[in-house]
Amino acid sequence: MTWVNAVIQGLLLGGQYALIACGLSLTFGVMRIVNLAHGDLAVCGAYLALVLSTALGTPVWITLPLLLPAAFVAGLLLQVLLFGRALRHGVLAPVLVTFGLSVMIENLLQEAATSDPRGLNGGALALDSFRLGSQITVSWLFMTAFLTACAVLSGLQLLLSRTSWGRKVRATADDLDTARLVGIRVRPLFATVSGLAVATAALAGVFIGTIGTFDPYQGTNVLIFAFEAVVIGGLGSLWGTLVGGMALGVTQVVVGQVNEAYAVLAVHLLFLAVLAVRPSGLFAGHQAAGHQLGALG
Amino acid sequence: MKRTARTATTAAGLEPAVTVSRWSRTATGFTGVAAVVIAVLAVVPYVLGEPAEAPLITLLTFVAMASQWNLLAGFSGLTSFGQNAYIGLGAYALYLVAAHGLNPLAGIAAAAVVVAVISLPVSLLVLRLSGGYFAVATLVVAAVFQIVATLSPSVGGTTGVAVPGLAGYGPVLREALIYWATLVVAVASVAGVYLLVRRTFGLDARAVGSDPVAAASLGVRVGRIRRLAYLAAAGGAGAVGALIALQTLYVEPTSVFSVQYSVDMLFMVLVGGMGTIEGPIIGALVLFGLQEELSSYGAWYLVIVGGLAVAATLVASRGLWGLVSEQFGWSLLPVGYQVRGHIHAGRPPGKA
Repeated sequence: MTWVNAVIQGLLLGGQYALIACGLSLTFGVMRIVNLAHGDLAVCGAYLALVLSTALGTPVWITLPLLLPAAFVAGLLLQVLLFGRALRHGVLAPVLVTFGLSVMIENLLQEAATSDPRGLNGGALALDSFRLGSQITVSWLFMTAFLTACAVLSGLQLLLSRTSWGRKVRATADDLDTARLVGIRVRPLFATVSGLAVATAALAGVFIGTIGTFDPYQGTNVLIFAFEAVVIGGLGSLWGTLVGGMALGVTQVVVGQVNEAYAVLAVHLLFLAVLAVRPSGLFAGHQAAGHQLGALG
Repeated sequence: MKRTARTATTAAGLEPAVTVSRWSRTATGFTGVAAVVIAVLAVVPYVLGEPAEAPLITLLTFVAMASQWNLLAGFSGLTSFGQNAYIGLGAYALYLVAAHGLNPLAGIAAAAVVVAVISLPVSLLVLRLSGGYFAVATLVVAAVFQIVATLSPSVGGTTGVAVPGLAGYGPVLREALIYWATLVVAVASVAGVYLLVRRTFGLDARAVGSDPVAAASLGVRVGRIRRLAYLAAAGGAGAVGALIALQTLYVEPTSVFSVQYSVDMLFMVLVGGMGTIEGPIIGALVLFGLQEELSSYGAWYLVIVGGLAVAATLVASRGLWGLVSEQFGWSLLPVGYQVRGHIHAGRPPGKA
């Protein structure tokens, strides 16, 4: 029964990884930017939530109507002021700029908040749980995180497939120059995509901080896990990312059941194994994967 | 050091109108200066002794790291932020060969070879990705090696191990030997990268770095070029790691695998000037100066380092050396060719 429990907890954990990863996927899919500061932005979201919920004296959920728009605006500004400019300097510049940004964010957080691990106040939800059968207990918090991830992924999927905004985004992702030719205003589109990506990162950061703790230098690890979920699931596929996240989560919890020290290593090895055997991921969206992988190796 | 120049003749076939050559008077002068500088650096232990050795060891280590990362990112377009993996492995490799009784100085070369060999299977995996995804994959690789080191009791696990240093030598000679070893690695890194990119490899690597698909369509063996650059940079980082182990006499996973090394490399190459031989040396000098001035500011120092790297990418993408060489037309260690003389059609002489 402990194994079944581990698998269930792992699947739920995978939802969180997918929630962080969808922003990464989106930014890359549309703008061809791998944002190396994505994990740090999630951690920033957690710190902002901490400040807001401490100031208001409320559980962190109440701060979301303030936090998410703020994160969206931060994403807009980052795209306009930094990423957009970097894109004009060739393909390597965004990689260099976002890595530099990551270094800056981590050390600014260190200066502003010290390296003490922090946690967020999740209110009553954080303590509550329900039972599955006689032996398995599921925390409502984990369940909420998972359901939120599913809701965000479905929402993004619907936005992309059903709205005119989504059609423009897909057209731009397919072919930037042609999209421009047919009159799509690319810059505001990129800015909103970046805003959405940062808002989902901040939301993920809130769950990271409520379920566990966070510190200034955690962003790189958050990024790595999100990235592994994206690659395992297959580039360019949102639902693939969810499955990738679940594969990571299950590996982490099941191996952790045997020996906690090997849990993270097992996750990284799973990623490297997928890279070795099936580099386009398990559920590759053929378009996006073709841009990035194969051919050159 | 080719001085022979290809010449083009005018229609009359009398006088050479245009000379195409790599070498220039500035370059000759600079080579002389560089030789003198290296000779001066080599005698520092006899003249100034330990007080001068310690800072120069730091500076020379920076020069080596920057030149190696420049080969990877500047010439071949492989922005690896996981070179700390190979610095860490080099440090552990030095510990292992020294613990088995090999002279630690010979151990530096052994560490470089061992690390380059380890990086071969890694390259098969990470080079399947490119651009930003390659960059994150290199972070994963660094994390994996760090965890493996932490989980290996034979190398001290989380607490690390003391390196059996140069115990047979007196303290003064020991410090001097480490200094000379660092000098050799630094000069070998700069010269090695220079000699490598002067060959066809340099042209191929830059083609791969700027557009791999176009390069492949012109018959450049993209995979091979990227692999060679990756292996060479890994071996170099291994040598640097071995030096760091000898300098600190202790190998501890969080410090030898610190991502700080990769941040330093990025900074030096971006600020100095990517894809030039001179740039990384300038970058090393700048980082050295910054570290002396700002290291007391703790995390702010790194905020500034990160910010300057971002600014350099966006504002001066050719770095400090790019600004200088544009201004004066200098190329001290030229890797391209220049066209001199005048063409009778009245076009002014210009750079190729």
